[in-house]
Amino acid sequence: MSDEAVVSPAPAEQLYGCVVTYSRGEKVIHASRENYIATLKKAIDDSFTMCTDLTAVDFLTYASTNRQLPSGINGERFEIVLNLISLERRERLRLRVQIAEAEVSLPTAFDLFPGTEAMEREVFDMFGIEFEGHPDPSRILMPEDWEGHPLRKDFSVGRIPVQFKGAPS
Amino acid sequence: MTSNLITATPAATGEGPQEMRSRSELTAKEVLREVGSVLRMSEKEASELTSSPVENDEEQTMIINMGPQHPSTHGVLRLMLELQGEKVLRCKPIIGYLHTGMEKQAEELTFMQGGTNVTRMDYVSPLNNELVFSLAVEKLLGIDGDIPERATWMRMLLSELNRMSSHLLFMATNGMDMGAVSMMIYGWREREEVLRFFQKVTGLRMNHNFIRPGGLAADLPAGWRDDVLTILEGLPSRLAEYDILMTNQPIWRERLQGVGVITAEEAVALGASGPILRSTGVAWDLRRDLPYLKYKEVEFDVIVGSYGDSFDRYAIRLNEIRESMKIVYQILDKMPSGDYRIQDKKVTPPPRARIDESMEALIHHFKIFTEGFKVPEGEVYVGIESPRGEIGCYIVSDGSPKPYRLHMRAPSFVNIQALPHMMRDGLIADAVAVISSIDPVLGEVDR
Repeated sequence: MSDEAVVSPAPAEQLYGCVVTYSRGEKVIHASRENYIATLKKAIDDSFTMCTDLTAVDFLTYASTNRQLPSGINGERFEIVLNLISLERRERLRLRVQIAEAEVSLPTAFDLFPGTEAMEREVFDMFGIEFEGHPDPSRILMPEDWEGHPLRKDFSVGRIPVQFKGAPS
Repeated sequence: MTSNLITATPAATGEGPQEMRSRSELTAKEVLREVGSVLRMSEKEASELTSSPVENDEEQTMIINMGPQHPSTHGVLRLMLELQGEKVLRCKPIIGYLHTGMEKQAEELTFMQGGTNVTRMDYVSPLNNELVFSLAVEKLLGIDGDIPERATWMRMLLSELNRMSSHLLFMATNGMDMGAVSMMIYGWREREEVLRFFQKVTGLRMNHNFIRPGGLAADLPAGWRDDVLTILEGLPSRLAEYDILMTNQPIWRERLQGVGVITAEEAVALGASGPILRSTGVAWDLRRDLPYLKYKEVEFDVIVGSYGDSFDRYAIRLNEIRESMKIVYQILDKMPSGDYRIQDKKVTPPPRARIDESMEALIHHFKIFTEGFKVPEGEVYVGIESPRGEIGCYIVSDGSPKPYRLHMRAPSFVNIQALPHMMRDGLIADAVAVISSIDPVLGEVDR
C-alpha cells in the first residue's frame, strides 16, 4: 500500500470519457455535472448494473488544494459520491461529481437506478442538493418542516430548538 | 438567541410533504416511482394505471397508517397503505422516527471513539458495523495488510457468530409476526446463548466496540473454544426443531409462499442486497464474491432461493445459520496464536503493564485517548456482508484525528425501498409477512 493517496497514472487513464484515479487501490472516476447521466449509462452498459450507495460530502472547511483531485477537475463545495457494483465482473467503481455552491442540483439517477430514490432523498435532506426530475423530492429522515440541512458543515451541532410540528413555542 | 428560531414560522422550504397523497392528487410520476421504473413502464402506461375506473374511485379506497408503533414493524417504521378492501394498492414507507444524526455525530468523534457510534446503528449485528468501520479506517491508514492473523480470524469468528445471532433473532421475530408465538421464545433463547458468549468475550451483550481500528480490544478469554463448541453442538437439534415447527409445516408454507415476490432484475435495480437479492436466485455474497478478511480460506455455500418470495428469504436465513456454523468450525481449526492487535504505536495504545514502568508509554496512552490518532488524507469505501446485506462505510479524512465525513451504507435503508414493490396488489394480512421478511433494523435505517 503506497503512502500516496491518489496516484494519477501518466498519461491520465480514461474510462467512459472521465479521468480515472485510484484512492487506496479503489477505482474512482470523476464525472462532470454535464456528462453525469451519460457516464452512468455507459457504466450500466459496461455491466455496472447495481448502484449500492449514493451519498454526498460538503467540503466547506476542507481546502480544495488538499483534496487530491486530478488535474482538470475543480474542487467545488459539494461532491456526490456513487458506488457501483458489477455483479458480472465482481468489481466496484466509484463515481465522484463536483457540485458548485451556486447551483446545488444534479439530474436524478432514478431512471437508471431506481434504488437511488431513497438515497437521493437522504442527500437532499441532509445536504440540500436537489435532484432534477426526482419523483418524490421530499425530506426522508428529518421532519418535513425542518429548516436547514444537518450534514452541511455550517449547520451547527450545538443546541437548537426542537422543530417538530405542534411543539410548544 | 434561540427564541428567534422557536418563534420563526415553519418556512416553506420548498420540499414536498412526506406523507402519501390521496389518489385524486396522484400523478403518473408517482405511480411510476412505485412500479414504473422498476418494470420499465412508460409514463403513458403509468398514467393509464392511475386513471383506471376502479382505482380512481376514491370512495372505495382508503389510506391507513401502519405504525410507527405497530409491533410488527420492527421498531418505528411507518407505512401508509392505500387499501381497497383487503388489497394493498399502494404503500409508502415513512422513516426517520429514530433519526439521531449519527453521521453528524461521527464527525465530532475521533477514529478511536467512532466504533462506539457505528456499533449502535445496526444494533442486531453490532460487530459487523464495527468491523466495516475498522476495515475502512485501516485502509485509510494503510495498515490493512499488517493486521495480525489472529486478529483477522477472531474478527471472522465474531462476525459469523453475530450473523448467527442476528438470523436467530429473525427466526424469532418472523415466527412471532406469523403467529408462531412459541418460535419467538425459541429464537430468543438460542440468540441469548450467542450473546452470552459475546458478553464473556467483550463484556457486553450488544454495542460491544470490541473490533477496533488496528485489531480488537482484547484477546479471547480462557475457555472460549469450549463455549463456542457448546453453542455449535446445541444448535443443530434446535434448528431441526425449527424445521418441524415451521419449514415443513403446511400452514407456515401457505402463509409465506408466493408472498412478497420480487424478481432478480427488480432486486438489482432497487439495490437490494443480502437475503433479498439471494432469494431471487442471484448468488451474490460479498464474502465469496469480493472476499475480505480470510473468507477465501474457508469453505461455505452461498444459499440462494428461486422464487424471490418471503418463504425463500426465511429459508435462506435458516440455512445461512448452518453455513455460519460450518465456517465457525473451520475457524476453530484454523485459529492461529499471536497478537490480537497491531503493535503500531500510532494506532494502538501501549500494553497496560508498560504504562507503570515507562513515561513514554504513559504519554502515548494519554495522547491516544485524548487526541486520538491522525489518519492520512483520502477517501475509502469498504463494503462487507452483514446479515442484512451489504453494509458499507465511506470515510473522507482530512488528516485530522476525526473523520471529515463518515457515511454508512445501511442495508436496511436500501432494502426497505423494495417494500412498496413487494406489497403492491397483495393482501393487508401479508403486509406483516413482507415487512418481516425484509428484516429491517430501524436503528440502521434512520441512523
